[in-house]
Amino acid sequence: MRVNLTVNGVAMQADDVWEGESLLYVLRERLALPGSKNACEQGECGSCSVYLDGEVVCACLVAAGQAQGRSVRTVEGLADGERLDPVQQAFLDAGAVQCGFCTPGLIVMVHDLLQRNPQPSDPEIREALAGNLCRCTGYEKILDAVRQAAEVKAT
Amino acid sequence: MTSPTATETVTTTGVGGSPQRPDGVRKVRGEFAYASDLWMDGMIWGATLRSPHPFARIRSIDVSQALAVAGVHAVLTADDVPGENRYGLELADQPVLADDTVRYQGEPVALIAADHPEIARQAAKRVRVNYDVWEPVTDARAALGRPTWNMLHDTAAPATKISRQSAHLHPKGNLVRHLKLRKGDPEPTADVVVVGEYEVGMQDQAFLGPESGLAVPAADGGVDLFVATQWLHADQRQMCSALRLPPEKVRLTLSGVGGAFGGREDLSMHVHASLLALHTGKPVKMVYNREESFFGHVHRHPASMRFEHGADRDGRLAYVKAEIYLDGGAYASSTPAVVGNAGTMGIGPYDVDNVAVDAWGVYTNNPPCGAMRGFGSVQAAFAHEAQMDKLAAELGMDPVELRCRNAMREGSTAPTGQLIDSPAPVEELLRRVQALPMPVDRSGELDLRAMPGGVSNTTHGEGVVRGVGYAVAYKNVGFSEGFDDFSTARVRLEIVGGEPVATVHTAAAEVGQGLETVEQQIARTELGVERVVVQAKDTQVGSAGSSSASRQTYVTGGAVKAACEAVRASLFVLVTGPTDLRLEGGQVVSASEGVVSSLAELLGDEIIEDTVQWRHRPTFPVDPDTGQGVAHVQWAFSAHRAVVDVDTELGLVKVVELACVQDVGKALNPPAVVGQIQGGTAQGMGLALMEEIVVADGKIRNPSFTDYLIPTILDMPPMQIEVLEYADPHAPYGLRGVGEPPTISSGPAVVAAIRAATGLPLTRVPVRPEHLTGM
Ligand code: FES
Ligand code: FES
Repeated sequence: MRVNLTVNGVAMQADDVWEGESLLYVLRERLALPGSKNACEQGECGSCSVYLDGEVVCACLVAAGQAQGRSVRTVEGLADGERLDPVQQAFLDAGAVQCGFCTPGLIVMVHDLLQRNPQPSDPEIREALAGNLCRCTGYEKILDAVRQAAEVKAT
Repeated sequence: MTSPTATETVTTTGVGGSPQRPDGVRKVRGEFAYASDLWMDGMIWGATLRSPHPFARIRSIDVSQALAVAGVHAVLTADDVPGENRYGLELADQPVLADDTVRYQGEPVALIAADHPEIARQAAKRVRVNYDVWEPVTDARAALGRPTWNMLHDTAAPATKISRQSAHLHPKGNLVRHLKLRKGDPEPTADVVVVGEYEVGMQDQAFLGPESGLAVPAADGGVDLFVATQWLHADQRQMCSALRLPPEKVRLTLSGVGGAFGGREDLSMHVHASLLALHTGKPVKMVYNREESFFGHVHRHPASMRFEHGADRDGRLAYVKAEIYLDGGAYASSTPAVVGNAGTMGIGPYDVDNVAVDAWGVYTNNPPCGAMRGFGSVQAAFAHEAQMDKLAAELGMDPVELRCRNAMREGSTAPTGQLIDSPAPVEELLRRVQALPMPVDRSGELDLRAMPGGVSNTTHGEGVVRGVGYAVAYKNVGFSEGFDDFSTARVRLEIVGGEPVATVHTAAAEVGQGLETVEQQIARTELGVERVVVQAKDTQVGSAGSSSASRQTYVTGGAVKAACEAVRASLFVLVTGPTDLRLEGGQVVSASEGVVSSLAELLGDEIIEDTVQWRHRPTFPVDPDTGQGVAHVQWAFSAHRAVVDVDTELGLVKVVELACVQDVGKALNPPAVVGQIQGGTAQGMGLALMEEIVVADGKIRNPSFTDYLIPTILDMPPMQIEVLEYADPHAPYGLRGVGEPPTISSGPAVVAAIRAATGLPLTRVPVRPEHLTGM
């Protein structure tokens, strides 16, 4: 099948999509946008988090066909040209990136969290990120990154 | 195609500073190419058919139906392996593709290449394999105790359900290695004796980036492999043997690695993708999904252990005896070295005159086990630390005080007889972690999120008890027991656009730990230049050894430092006049005469390049009868305190806080060191509370992140971390390896805290709710 969708503001088209393909597969393998990650492909890790019409979803759980005609925003679409989004910058500054495989999903998730709740408390941050696994950091510096991003955004 | 590129950042920060990681911007933008992101025109996809049985003979394989599927390019079996169909890190005992016998569930049997990953997977289902299924050997002690029944790898295996023809690899039977260690009096006595038996479940590395790579056939009949791994040259050696190709035709380049933790030390898809690529003449990409990943790499050895501690009434240890069984599963992997660690360091960082340890690594039909962060020390630490608490209780003594009275220190003699010849601040770590402020008790305020069970609203505080526990651990850094442990670094200095630029080339795997950053920092400090390019990691330069055993900053760091020194020496030859020279800020500076020249002036168009192979002090094999010898090059120490709340009615645990004090000798990059301690602590806590590959009758029951749980941000508590820097005079910059110790001491501290809260003996990890409620 053919799937038409808008990704990071650009109209895109994927051809020869097989019924069982996920939005994640189409982004990564057909649209040359491998930023969203494939750590579990069954909705358990959050590494594939993307915005779908403004809502954060696990791209691995969305069938490619369901994305037809809709708008997707991925980690590749967050920076403003060379300028990183404050969340991306905060992940760098806080040292929240080790292997970085969890990072794209977390950054999308935090980006969304801070839009909904610009000053989250620690328990709120933990709740919001409970579905995003990270195996490297023990999460401490991820919490730091969220606090820093919130601060930067507030000023 | 997308492939890793040389990384470069410009900062002014050298050793001891905290520059940003060179891959950081690409990682936060989603532009960093991990192995599973690789792509090339005309590439096809590989898939693996794996054995559903833990132990069976293959009668026949029929690939015709699979080959007939539209879009399938090749189906390969053991007959298609051109070279040795056996590989392994330490012993070549593992088939690339099973020939006549499968020895674990998930063992690769056939390979499929197809246009689309799903076609490859569907075609795999059409490969007809006819098995004779045998009863698996699943218990490590039984595997040794009944050798004639259990000989998995022995021609002799004459038993009822096991065919005589079944196993023919290891004439020595099911024992991979026995380490026997004896120090001091063989029949010691003591005033107080405590005995305990302990078990550790099978832990998974659970790195997030699945096993992946892209194999590209080359015009010279060789193959280029882009892969996520820990040790390019060990992969290359094993691939050459299986592919029957010389090293110059098997070229590897490291792609982005999504974590490793030991699980990428063995081969996974390397030979498979290369076979398919060479066979089809097309680039082949393989990406495991999460389920396959659980079958696609080795795990942490499960252990059963019996410890006996004897002490006098003042708490001075008179002796320690230990028996440690490590289930290595179907193939050896790094089991011999894991046994070495568990044996030589099995009693923990204590100074004890009389020690008797036996550690066994055993073949069974369980999933193969090998390297995971902490490597043999993790298992033993759960036992030795539980024993120290048990002894303290028996003596009516504070558990930290008991540990301090027996703490190893500089000048102590290890159980191997080796002198501890650098700082060993075990007592200080314990005293400091005990002195850190306790977390504020918030039991007065009702916040469900701080309760065991969280927002499931299982308790408002009733039935909840708090406990505090301590543990201390140590780990050898680098490869031990006489292994020729070296790294190679090539460093180039030149002027580019009027500015001095250093280029560092090593094969050391950046797996997320931040090694590339450290390589840059060292070059900046040694050469006094701002711009340092770290070249892509590949086999075009000599081996760096493995990114494991907490060794890369030490060994590859040492190699980069030595190569910079060689470059510097060649450079100073160009200077006429003063000899008291150093490099600083892009200039040659004389201590007596000040600035002599800028590098740009001195070098002009000249390029200085040096390649250095660097080794740490040699180690030696231990005596086979006594385990005595200079086995290790360095040790790293850490201590943890855990504070937990336990809902005793439901058996739920909330870790309230973890505190850690660790000695790192010298922190080359302080924030990265803290990151290692935080992440390592999380993995140790995971094993204590939740992480276990459940294996029943040789089969994995939970190969998914739905059923194999790793700590989430809700599970992890805040951590207090203190880093000490007592230089090791034998190591570059005085540094100590950092990555592993926190994984060893955090888990035992958590279990100690739960014991303190509940009074239960808790002899098995992970601790499950039913262990706490007695149901
Ligand atoms: S890859 Fe989608 S949730 Fe893990
Ligand atoms: S940084 Fe490696 S998984 Fe989070």
